Amino acid sequence: MSAAPVADWPRDIHAALAAAEIRQVAYVPDAGHARLITLCAGDGAMHMVPLTSEQEGVGLAAGAWLGGQRSVLLMQSSGVGNCINALTLIETCRLPLLMLITMRGEFGEFNPWQVPMGRATPQALQLADVLVQRASRAEEVGAVVAGAARLAFASYRAVAVLLSQQLIGAKSFQK
Amino acid sequence: MSRANTLDRRAVVRSLLARRGGLLLVTGLGAPAWDATAAGDSPLTFPLWGAMGSAAMIGLGLALAQPERAVLVLTGDGEMLMGLGSLATIGVQRPANLALAVLDNERYGETGMQETHTAHGVDLAAIAAGCGFAQSETIRDMAGIEALGARLDARQGPLFAQVKIAADTPPLALPPRDGALLKNRFRAALLGPQADLA
Ligand SMILES: Cc1ncc(C[n+]2csc(CCOP(=O)(O)OP(=O)(O)O)c2C)c(N)n1
Ligand SMILES: [Mg+2]
Repeated sequence: MSAAPVADWPRDIHAALAAAEIRQVAYVPDAGHARLITLCAGDGAMHMVPLTSEQEGVGLAAGAWLGGQRSVLLMQSSGVGNCINALTLIETCRLPLLMLITMRGEFGEFNPWQVPMGRATPQALQLADVLVQRASRAEEVGAVVAGAARLAFASYRAVAVLLSQQLIGAKSFQK
Repeated sequence: MSRANTLDRRAVVRSLLARRGGLLLVTGLGAPAWDATAAGDSPLTFPLWGAMGSAAMIGLGLALAQPERAVLVLTGDGEMLMGLGSLATIGVQRPANLALAVLDNERYGETGMQETHTAHGVDLAAIAAGCGFAQSETIRDMAGIEALGARLDARQGPLFAQVKIAADTPPLALPPRDGALLKNRFRAALLGPQADLA
């Protein structure tokens, strides 16, 4: 019995972002985003903007859209808490915002400090008027991100895709 | 710490915007937005009414998207202090077409004139210089403002100016409040009819 080919989901996300004509890629790194960051950095049509804090990416997305460009904001779930007040800009101005959020604190988490924000992430986003979607299986990630991008930019809304920790694999600090 | 903060904020902003041409302007919330409105409302002004700490990053996103256009962020010392990390982020990007002018009254004017950190010597211009801005200065006279205004179009930035202004409260001059309107009129003025077809 040969193993089914494993979907290369970071490559599928990159393809979805390229198809959506994303030009600015803002991020605070997460291990789960490492490969996607490398792929985007190697794409001459995408401009990388490393941030000191996730909320900067909300302002960046607003400015990019005012200037006629589409952007994406990459972060881990603990970064969501840093964005809340900035997200009022998106809601009030009916701006599009696409967020890709790697989940921590849910599946096999080793670090207890990740659990509170991980647990609060979907509701915190919803309270901030962000539409929340989730991708948990490698095969579905590309389509979920493509659909989220279309929703965000066609309907001028904030859309977050939560990438399940199960998809990424729990991080371990043990030998 | 305060020394001779004598510049009149309305005169500063009027001078900076006197020949604004196609300048794209983002303002921080509160008094800087009123100052820009007093100098003349424009569809190419995007005044914030909230999202404190975001003005510089909105300017960065805009400057990256429109590298041929000069972008000015006009904000308060309190608003800038809330987004200090964005100076580091801008320092990495170094967009030549972006300028930040901080109207520094050393106060949170909007909330009752409480002292900000700059009243205790925090030097925003030094921070911006340390973040890699191409030019960074503290301006205390109108000659400095006129020189800054003349450089906005040169696209030799990123520029940072900490403008020491008097802590007074000129009459209100309010821009539109509807965020969707502000966004739509800005995009229409900048991008033309295709703004709504994208
Ligand atoms: C997140 C957040 N915290 C606090 C406030 C309250 N607030 C509104 S304006 C302002 C001060 C702005 O000070 P500054 O940017 O220096 O402008 P000034 O009025 O002094 O020109 C504050 C603290 C707010 N709007 N948002
Ligand atoms: Mg102030």
